[in-house]
Amino acid sequence: MPLPDRDCLPDTGATSRAAFAMEHVSKRYGSVLALDDISLAFAAGSTTALIGSSGSGKSTVLRLLLGLEWPDQGCVRVDGQVLERSAVLALRRRVGYLTQDGGLFPHLTALGNLALLPRHLGWNAQRIRQRAHELAALTHLSPAVLERYPAELSGGQRQRVALMRGLMLDPDALLLDEPLGALDPIVRHELQDELKIIFDQLGKTVIVVTHDLAEAVWFADRLVLVRGGAVVQDGRFEDLRDRPASAFVTHFVQAQRRLPERSP
Amino acid sequence: MKRLLLVCGVLLLLPAWLQAEPVRIGSKQFTESVILGEVARISARDVGVDAVHERELGGTSILWSALQHGDIDVYAEYTGTITHELLKGVAPDADIATLRAKLKPLGIGITDSLGFNNTYAIGMRADRAAQLHIRRISDLLAQPGLRFGFSNEFMDRADGWPGLRQRYGLPQTQVRGLDHTLSYRAVASGAVDAIDLYSTDAEIPYYHLRTLEDDRHYFPRYEAVYLYRLSLEHSAPAVVTALRQLAGRIDEDAMRRMNARVKLQGIKDGVVAADFLGVRADADGVGFWSRLLQRSVEHVKLVVLSLGLAIVLAIPLGILAARLQRLGQVVLGLTGILQTVPSLAMFVFMIPLFGIGTWPAVAALFFYSLLPIVRNTYAGLVGIAPELRESAAALGLPPGVRLREVELPMAMRSILAGVKIAAVINVGTATLAALIGAGGYGQPILTGIRLDDIGLILEGAVPAALLALLVQGVFEGIERWLTPRGLRIEARL
Repeated sequence: MPLPDRDCLPDTGATSRAAFAMEHVSKRYGSVLALDDISLAFAAGSTTALIGSSGSGKSTVLRLLLGLEWPDQGCVRVDGQVLERSAVLALRRRVGYLTQDGGLFPHLTALGNLALLPRHLGWNAQRIRQRAHELAALTHLSPAVLERYPAELSGGQRQRVALMRGLMLDPDALLLDEPLGALDPIVRHELQDELKIIFDQLGKTVIVVTHDLAEAVWFADRLVLVRGGAVVQDGRFEDLRDRPASAFVTHFVQAQRRLPERSP
Repeated sequence: MKRLLLVCGVLLLLPAWLQAEPVRIGSKQFTESVILGEVARISARDVGVDAVHERELGGTSILWSALQHGDIDVYAEYTGTITHELLKGVAPDADIATLRAKLKPLGIGITDSLGFNNTYAIGMRADRAAQLHIRRISDLLAQPGLRFGFSNEFMDRADGWPGLRQRYGLPQTQVRGLDHTLSYRAVASGAVDAIDLYSTDAEIPYYHLRTLEDDRHYFPRYEAVYLYRLSLEHSAPAVVTALRQLAGRIDEDAMRRMNARVKLQGIKDGVVAADFLGVRADADGVGFWSRLLQRSVEHVKLVVLSLGLAIVLAIPLGILAARLQRLGQVVLGLTGILQTVPSLAMFVFMIPLFGIGTWPAVAALFFYSLLPIVRNTYAGLVGIAPELRESAAALGLPPGVRLREVELPMAMRSILAGVKIAAVINVGTATLAALIGAGGYGQPILTGIRLDDIGLILEGAVPAALLALLVQGVFEGIERWLTPRGLRIEARL
């Protein structure tokens, strides 16, 4: 539970303009320190990629921003306000969240999954269907697919539906945790193109977590490389490549395998 | 979710019927008591009072508490049992006038002796007794290796085996508890050497048994009497008069003959009782099918009521257990303990709370149904993948909506499996409910065991087995209907 009077300093101005901010946040799972005194701010309307190896703590950042976890120390702000437990339901409805496995509920059709939250908020069936069809067009999904159950969908269709579910209420932000991690290369490539277009078109605050540097560069101008729960370098790809903050950054950049060039 | 509520509602509303209030006569679970119950019922009928006979309700404690609670109005008892078991501070050889004075404050009346003394005795096969030169109980002192098989009631009661062993200083250690009706066959086949008898038992001459002389006068007199609620003197005085007029009319020989006709010749107890009273027996109008129908209704009523109540309580308990881990362990532990209570004991425990008949049986079955449903609700909810639970939370659904729209539908299959297990167990366990007057398929099984009649046992056991299969089938149908289609598709992949 955050204790604002101890952990959260009065508004400094810098982070109050950010859509999301973390100030000196630490988070521990048992004996594992997932985040170690990390401070980050994400400007409204910007796209940021959090990169790093597995277990670096990058997913934990998203979970803290959504109130799925609470910091042991430090403070999380959303739109300048310290995040309180009483505010999380409202926050989550303004943020689309997409994970690697999509998190679709197997007992509901794709449309049923999309309808769950809007119906609870009092949308009628026609409005839900109309919005679903708009989003189907955006994600290039055939409306017929909406009648199917998750078990009847391909991996790419599942992630499209999950993305649509996150977009139903037209949220201000999208938090994506390895959204394409489970897809085969061709579908992945397709969806990278589509997601990039969607990000540009909608102009939302986007934070995407990935361990694939090329994907990160494709999506975002700003890269944040995380290791051991702390930020190693925060900047553009060129900064990481040309002015690495540490040997690890160089190592991480060079670890991307390249295909052999065609010999002359 | 709506479908689940519908099923619960139907299960709860299905039964509910009222009964008129005739004079209720009880009997214990042995032939003589049942015959005396029939004698009382037919006597009441002859003076124009509607009477029903709640047969074979079990042992003394069940009948006595049923009489005190007003669940029955009359039953046949023995003076020795009254002095030793039922009343405190009464001399063992107290006469009936004394007992009458002692029972009056309890609101219970007593007739004079019906005319016979059915005391406990110890019996051995005549040839074996002759071979060992045993005529009196004290002769048993010289044979410490003899094996005894005593009825469970005799083993436990103060005026039974513990007192007998003390009075005579008997050294035997191989003492087993047996059902009384089976003990004759055990002694006849040589599986045990001596058993306890009632002196009016029809089997004594049939199996060539020798009744050992009680040379130290341990066993008290067991004069047969009727106990009745004194309120009957106002509500049905003619019945009380009729019962009083039976005093002195049944001697030991007459009783042994009646026992023999029922037990050894297989004549219906109602017919034997009517013959004795010199009246016509009831027309045997209840045919096999209508008897079966009535028992089925009784049995299904027990199962449906108990299961419906259990569902209503156990599913919320299971949800609670899944939500609050520590409380969950307590709930699962408690329902687990309930499950270990022996079923017969559970039925008897319910009598002080609910009397006899349908409700104590429903209560006992209800307790047995809790564990499978709680356990499976808990397991179904806890078994949901954490990613999916979190995905529902991340959407911004409030906890109640998550439970209703996401978690319960996904746990449905497991919950229904728990309900199915509870239902099938209930169908089987409900056969014991006949012991406390709830009827059902247990009734012919009970009578069949008492009369050693396999056909009668099957008349209860076969429909019970078929009902269990039917219940299984019905629940598989419900399961298919209630399990969301998406989960069925997922399971096939």
